[in-house]
Amino acid sequence: MTLSAVASSTSQTEHEVKLLREMLLIRYFEEKSAELYTQEKIRGFLHLYIGEEAVAVGAMQSLRPEDAVVSTYREHGHALARGLSADSIMAEMYGKLEGCSRGRGGSMHLFDARTRFYGGNAIVGGGLPLAVGLALADKMQARNQVTACFFGEGAVAEGEFHESINLAALWQLPVLFLCENNLYAMGTALARSESQTDIHLKAASYQVPSEAVDGMNVLAVEEATQRAAAAVRAGEGPYFLELRTYRFRAHSMFDPQLYRDKAEVEEWKKRCPIATLSQRLRQEGVLTDESLTRLEAEVWAEVDASVAFAEAGTWEPVEELTRFVYSERLAP
Amino acid sequence: MNTIKTTYREAVREAIREAIRQDSRVFLMGEDVGRYGGCFAVSKGLLDELGPERIRDTPLSESAFVGAGIGAAMGGMRPIVEIMTVNFSLLALDQILNNAATILHMSGGQFNIPLVIRMATGGGRQLAAQHSHSLEGWYAHIPGIKVLAPATLEDARGMLWTALEDPDPVLIFENALLYNLEGELPADAGPVGIDKAKVLRSGTDVSLITYGGSLYKTLDAAERLAGEGISAEVLDLRTLRPLDTPAILASVAKTHRAVIVDEGWRSGSISAEISTRLMEGAFYELDAPVARVCSAEVPMPYPKHLEQAALPQAETIVQTVRQLVGGHG
Amino acid sequence: MPSLGSDMEAGTLVEWLIKPGDIVKRGDIVAVVETQKGAIDVETFEAGVVEQILVPVGEKVPVGAVLALIRSEGEAAAAPPPAPVPVPERPQPQAPIVTPGRARISPAARKHAGELGVDLAGLTGTGPGGAVTLDDVERAAQSAKLKPPTAAERHAAMRQAIGAAMARSKREIPHYYLGTTIDMSRAMAWLQTENERRPITERLLHAVLLLKAVALAVRQVPELNGFWINGESRPSQDVHVGMGISLRGGGLVAPALHQADSRSLDELMAGLRDLVQRARTGSLRSSELSDATLTITHLGEQGVDTVYGIIYPPRVALVGFGRVLERPWSVNGKIESRPLLQATLAADHRASNGHRGGLFLTALDRLLQEPEKL
Repeated sequence: MTLSAVASSTSQTEHEVKLLREMLLIRYFEEKSAELYTQEKIRGFLHLYIGEEAVAVGAMQSLRPEDAVVSTYREHGHALARGLSADSIMAEMYGKLEGCSRGRGGSMHLFDARTRFYGGNAIVGGGLPLAVGLALADKMQARNQVTACFFGEGAVAEGEFHESINLAALWQLPVLFLCENNLYAMGTALARSESQTDIHLKAASYQVPSEAVDGMNVLAVEEATQRAAAAVRAGEGPYFLELRTYRFRAHSMFDPQLYRDKAEVEEWKKRCPIATLSQRLRQEGVLTDESLTRLEAEVWAEVDASVAFAEAGTWEPVEELTRFVYSERLAP
Repeated sequence: MNTIKTTYREAVREAIREAIRQDSRVFLMGEDVGRYGGCFAVSKGLLDELGPERIRDTPLSESAFVGAGIGAAMGGMRPIVEIMTVNFSLLALDQILNNAATILHMSGGQFNIPLVIRMATGGGRQLAAQHSHSLEGWYAHIPGIKVLAPATLEDARGMLWTALEDPDPVLIFENALLYNLEGELPADAGPVGIDKAKVLRSGTDVSLITYGGSLYKTLDAAERLAGEGISAEVLDLRTLRPLDTPAILASVAKTHRAVIVDEGWRSGSISAEISTRLMEGAFYELDAPVARVCSAEVPMPYPKHLEQAALPQAETIVQTVRQLVGGHG
Repeated sequence: MPSLGSDMEAGTLVEWLIKPGDIVKRGDIVAVVETQKGAIDVETFEAGVVEQILVPVGEKVPVGAVLALIRSEGEAAAAPPPAPVPVPERPQPQAPIVTPGRARISPAARKHAGELGVDLAGLTGTGPGGAVTLDDVERAAQSAKLKPPTAAERHAAMRQAIGAAMARSKREIPHYYLGTTIDMSRAMAWLQTENERRPITERLLHAVLLLKAVALAVRQVPELNGFWINGESRPSQDVHVGMGISLRGGGLVAPALHQADSRSLDELMAGLRDLVQRARTGSLRSSELSDATLTITHLGEQGVDTVYGIIYPPRVALVGFGRVLERPWSVNGKIESRPLLQATLAADHRASNGHRGGLFLTALDRLLQEPEKL
């Protein structure tokens, strides 16, 4: 499913087009989700990944099918890039039985056993100990696997971050900590909540190799995560990357963004990972206006198909309400 | 039958040892379980016997190591996480409630969490307000986990294996005053069931329903009541979630009176739940209102006389039963 | 008006950024809406030409209201069928225990039935599982009022109750019987003299002498005065003597004369007269019916010599008196005619034994030889 970049330039440009496509899928999927939310098809909370696509797409290139992914409530991008179908995610947000979590979870709780996608967590920082545990299981069973743990910079204020990274470092566990620093934890700017705003330095203080990465550049993200994942896979213990990025939209749908300037948003939009990559590919002649338009239309079609899939989906029967509280024993 | 003399502590230790020896996926992790030998000496000697891979000392990070237990369980291991006492478990409450109890459901049934968490519980050792909680009834409120309260040697020895085989998270509460309990066990004692209550003393005049640390006070009270001509039945709940409702109803259908002995604070306690189930399921069997003997609703005070006044006592149970039964005309 | 969250119900249009005729594309911000959280930009998801603004600036409209019309290429997708509204099913609690033969009567109903004197046996219940409820009891009381029991019905009920009590007594109480013959000459002579001094309305019956003597005698043998309950003797501090009174139409009650040992003969006589009258009119108090700590059956008027009685449970003794009859009696070696009375004691052998019972009869005899002291 994922290929690492290979030396040949033709493969490299093909690869970059693939990266662009994956980012476009996330972008259009999120925009469509916003529309559907205003029409009350999607309910609860909706946290959009628009602007941060380079992080999910770049990072997933370094993961193998046997690796594990732990994510947050802003997870649609991670889920799509990991390989969950747009159909299953859209159906999940509609609450339909055909969703990846049988409709039981919604936007914040996407789970998929096939791709080892362990959610989706509504508690900031709640997934970090889980990632440590998954990595512990791999190490104890001598499985050469990586657990990638995505979280926002808001999580580093939680005690669970410090406990988790300390434990991972102490026991030298194969966790790839991927901190998506988009400068705002809901409505609180980084400078107003952290005494030390260079987040990767915090990880370094736990004796964990750590770097800051330009999260708006998909190739930079890819390169850094390749190196980091390789180190983790080689048994060198956990690795920490601070991916500096920005969300172009509000924290969630019902957020008037009183905490930041529109001018600041416009500045960051100039660094849009999709715009910059597609522009460069056009300049290099890899893509033409037509081929780009065709690509965009293909991706929109995939998104529209997922909406149709979700619309046609079924509601889980109410009689089944109390299932999945405890495991169901298989009949002998 | 061959029996051995043992203690509750040794029975738990043997259960852990046996589980780790028999199943390569099982390991124990928690604070001071290795080098220190366990805060209550339960795991004494196990580090030397079984090695540091299987007996893991953790830093003081309840949230992280409980969450790691959850993740490790999802990753194919069968961890036994030891939280030193229920008092510290509050630091891991988010992991227990928002992850362990809910991931199976949130994932639509894809990921189960076969995790066991053991904790010491209970008051009575003058450890004051922050070290004397009995919160097993509180945890029993949560769907998605199971809550056990082994009070006998058989259960201390046998519940752990069954809990480890369970595909879902199981919390085992060991009342700290029971660790020194001495007695005899069959030499080949093994796993026991974890879903049924047990009548430890049969009786006809009143059902004394209890669990955990209060069991022996209740048995003591029953013995004294027998001397007064009152025949009390003692039901050891053994499991607080799921409650063995049929056993509770059957006992009271026989005796028509119930006293619930619960070391939790009275209001909103598990005794309130049991009382309500009796009202729902055995209303017409009751000859008297259901009575409860619980801890006084005060943070646990330090001096002995106040602490003992706060906790359920055999004498209080006896008096409560007398009031319930007395007054025949 | 878009929904932006489950707690958003409406929004106020504060600014339009478009006008009819403008061309818009997907994602353009077209208006600003004020909500409880602040001002939010509204984008259009449709591309096309703005045709009509429907909501003016300043108006508050609910979520879902159409704000403006945009003419676009092609038709919008057909609206999917509305989701069926699921009816949640309650998980069933543990099915309640139903013990066959055990009456299902709510505590409130039971209490009320006691207050109203409604007989619970045979009431059909309309509550859950056929339980008898307050309403059922009310209704039974109402219909009972409309149709009071006939005297025959009442008598039948009473005979049944007496029968049940007597059967139980014979079944459970190990009776022993002692009898003695009492020379009543002194007592009767005293009584005659006493009554001659009194107006007719204040004359004493010899039964009152017997009553007082029994009350005083039992103070000397207290284990005969009281109850046997739950396997143990419960002697009473007070002496309330119950006199057996027969009722017309059959039936027997034994209402208590309270504190009989400390009341004068006059008081006892007045009390007895009162009890008999009220017994016959059915206006005895329930405390009078249940308070007796031992009972007397006096059947002299019926021509009986000796009474072999059945103890009225849960008491432990019954004193029986026959008629006072002139009979030959040996006095100082010579045969004389004396008024003699057969007094018997039926007693519960769990609470007392023959020795003690005998002491009681001896005491009784002695008391009746000194009638002036009663």
